Amino acid sequence: MGNLLEISSTMLYTAFILYLIATAFFGATIKQNKNSNQKGLAEKIGISLTVIGFLAQLVYFVTRWMASGHAPVSNMFEFVTFFGMAMVLAFIILYFIYRFTILGLFALPVAMIVIAYASMFPRDIAPLVPSLQSHWLYIHVTTVALGNGILAISFVAGLIYLIRQIDQSVSSKRTTWLELILYTLVLFIGFSVITVIFNITGYEAKFNYVENGNEVTANYHMPPIVGPKEAQAMTQGTMEPWFETPEWMHGKDAPRKFNTLIWSFLTGTLLYLLTRLALRKRIGAAIQPILKKANPDLLDEVSYRAVAIGFPVFTLGGLIFAAIWAQIAWDRFWGWDPKEVWALITWFFYAAFLHLRLSRGWHGERSAWLAVGGFAIIMFNLIGVNLLLAGLHSYA
Amino acid sequence: MNNIKCECGHVNPEGTVLCEACGKPIEKNQHIDGNDTKKLLNMRYDGTARRSQTYNKSFIDKTWAFFSSVKVGVWLIVIALIASAIGTIYPQQQYIPTDAISRDPAVFYEDRYGIFGKIFYQLGLHNLYSSWWYMLLIALIGVSLVICSLDRFVPLYKALKRQKPKRHKTFISRQRFYSETDNVSDDEVEQLKTELQRQRYKISEDNGHILAEKGRFSRWGPYVNHIGLIIILIAALLRTTPLFYLDQYVWVREGEQVVIPGTDGEYFIENKKFILETYDENDERFKEAIKKQGEMIPSNFQTNAIIYKVKDDGVVGSTKELEKVKEDEIRLNHPLKFDGYTLYQAGYQLNEFTSMSFKLHKTDDPEEKAIDTFQIDLTNPKNEYKLDNGFVVKIDDYLPDYELYNGQPKSKTNYPRNPAFVFLVYPPNKDDVEISFAGIGRNIDATGENEYKLGITDFDVRNASGLTVRRDYTLPLFGLGALIFMIGVIQGMYWQHRRIWIHPNQNTLLLAAHTNKNWFGLKKDIEKAIANTSVNNVSDQQELDK
Repeated sequence: MGNLLEISSTMLYTAFILYLIATAFFGATIKQNKNSNQKGLAEKIGISLTVIGFLAQLVYFVTRWMASGHAPVSNMFEFVTFFGMAMVLAFIILYFIYRFTILGLFALPVAMIVIAYASMFPRDIAPLVPSLQSHWLYIHVTTVALGNGILAISFVAGLIYLIRQIDQSVSSKRTTWLELILYTLVLFIGFSVITVIFNITGYEAKFNYVENGNEVTANYHMPPIVGPKEAQAMTQGTMEPWFETPEWMHGKDAPRKFNTLIWSFLTGTLLYLLTRLALRKRIGAAIQPILKKANPDLLDEVSYRAVAIGFPVFTLGGLIFAAIWAQIAWDRFWGWDPKEVWALITWFFYAAFLHLRLSRGWHGERSAWLAVGGFAIIMFNLIGVNLLLAGLHSYA
Repeated sequence: MNNIKCECGHVNPEGTVLCEACGKPIEKNQHIDGNDTKKLLNMRYDGTARRSQTYNKSFIDKTWAFFSSVKVGVWLIVIALIASAIGTIYPQQQYIPTDAISRDPAVFYEDRYGIFGKIFYQLGLHNLYSSWWYMLLIALIGVSLVICSLDRFVPLYKALKRQKPKRHKTFISRQRFYSETDNVSDDEVEQLKTELQRQRYKISEDNGHILAEKGRFSRWGPYVNHIGLIIILIAALLRTTPLFYLDQYVWVREGEQVVIPGTDGEYFIENKKFILETYDENDERFKEAIKKQGEMIPSNFQTNAIIYKVKDDGVVGSTKELEKVKEDEIRLNHPLKFDGYTLYQAGYQLNEFTSMSFKLHKTDDPEEKAIDTFQIDLTNPKNEYKLDNGFVVKIDDYLPDYELYNGQPKSKTNYPRNPAFVFLVYPPNKDDVEISFAGIGRNIDATGENEYKLGITDFDVRNASGLTVRRDYTLPLFGLGALIFMIGVIQGMYWQHRRIWIHPNQNTLLLAAHTNKNWFGLKKDIEKAIANTSVNNVSDQQELDK
């Protein structure tokens, strides 16, 4: 059994590396100075590696399922990883419809950021609480993840569209917003980097404090910039917190998460600034030239098509299957739990998106901004709701 | 009705933008779809006459026009989206955590979230999703759905039925995909036609003019899915009535048999046993996770239950006889169903007290030798207990679920979870009465001068199961709505309505094409069809947004 788990995590690691190499090959397809034969070869290798990587991740999924006895979609690490896998699958599907290599150059890195982010959460196999013991667990979660994965490709195409189309010769509101999106992606990388660094150094600091009238212990794995309110340091020789967690933060483990958030911001910002320093221009402006050959009409089409394909899948998994399961497990198919509400919000958002596409003037850039907004909502529901809003779905 | 006759001979209803038969723009109506300022024709509803765009005089016209606007629909969706998000800032009332200082919303929100919590509560956002304005918003979306659909579906259906293969030249040249080719031979046109047929296009012809069409049914997808949504909204409305929706909660203790609420006394449930199981903390797989959790992780909540039905023997007033209907285990994810009712495992209470035994002894007796003992049946406590030797113990106050609240003893619930008593002890042949307070782990002598003391010697406990009782006749309707929605949305999204027009114009062959989605796919179809002919590929005439 220990063996299976080992295979499982090795395969996840392998998949990650394969996606990385595939990205490089997709990058090679847009080099100006290569002939079309070489480009065709690079493209073929790129997509083959992607497919092999996906299969490797599938092995990760199956072996972990075998080891734990339940579908590995029951905690933060497992379902965010699965979301990354669904994104890769969605990319593969859309690649074979459109044969659009530049999509891979962006979709795979975004998927990798997601998987790396997921891997920073505890990876122990946890037993299923009674409410999760149902076949609907994997029926519901896999369908939602696939729907979200396809919708995420809409974001990727929209992002490429924006980088390709926004005028970078002058600084404007649009360049600032685009830069903000890229900066946010770097923040996620920042989280992974700083977590790995302190994991390697094995940092630990414990605090005792009172939360909602109960004595609890916070186990910090990063030096406490911010400590719990009126906390008692339990570990000798660690850093003294610079300030206390504000009172309005109430979630479980709020001080530790807030501290991690600050570290991620610091690291991400540092990474971003270093990149800017090296490039001497906005990241968007630096990427723009390599996208010259990408056809904006096709980007717009892919972004819209991904929503057209993903919306029914999301509705089925995120609302209908979710409702059926909720009826069986919790005696009501709809209960206004934050996760449910945010699924409804996602649905409202993409419904509005699809209706706006009927009007003139909502194609192209505006549509691309909307695709970004939709992805932000999806990510908030995937991560934010679990970490920030308490509810039935908070098992992270 | 001011019908408009087109030069092709077709008579169009008032307000038509593009002739239903030949597509020729009707001059005076071009502003309706904004065709007057653009090169390309707006093909959204094939330029049909929509009521909302045609009549705008009476109040009804204006209301219709308002709700038929997609823009209004989108605004309603966006407002509903923002409102829904606001409701998640703090937990809704039903999700106030059990460890809260108080489950009274007036106390909880301000206590935990300060001034913002107070505002949240005072604005009524703690019950946002059942507020009148949120329901109104959803109802308005429903109205918008119906009117939007009717406004478009009827004219679109007619127009697509009446369309002719022969289109006006302006219609052809103002399509997004368009090409002109000189000197195309008949053979090549024939080849083009065959190739389109092979791609499952339906061909109709009129004097050399060809219309190739496929996937028209996908145009009805939006209307189908809107019907599904309407059914869901109707189901939600019906669910607010007790006739269609029953929601009850029942506590049943082990060994007890109680009537199931909401069944008019027709059904009874017996709780044979409540079972709570946890994961083995030594399990190889889960060891680490359980250790991190710091407490036991439950693996099963289960009630072994028997359902009885009252036997109807036709005799009025006769004693009720019960007949066993079903025996099953009720677990999470495994509810028990019988005759339209469903029972769900929803809560439990371990170790509720059923009886307590006390002994009376002298306060200063170091051996606490019992003068006498008595047992209180907590399901049915008596007012007084007469003991041997002439002692009488009266129950002055019984607190089934004792807690000290602001220095005052009170009972948290009516269930014997932590029973405590205020006893009045009347010793024989004495006028004065002694007051003593006794509960689990506490025995307080109010005056400190009591000659006799009461001590707990024994007690019995049992578990209780909390079950929700549901009967929901709206579920099939919700299911039907969801099914129709899915069919409609897949029909509209996964298929596209593609049309290709071939229009001979003297020596030139005009080729135009339109689809409601997936232009890339349409282009590939055309590329395949014109391969090996001299027909020029269509160019995309779309004016990009800038």
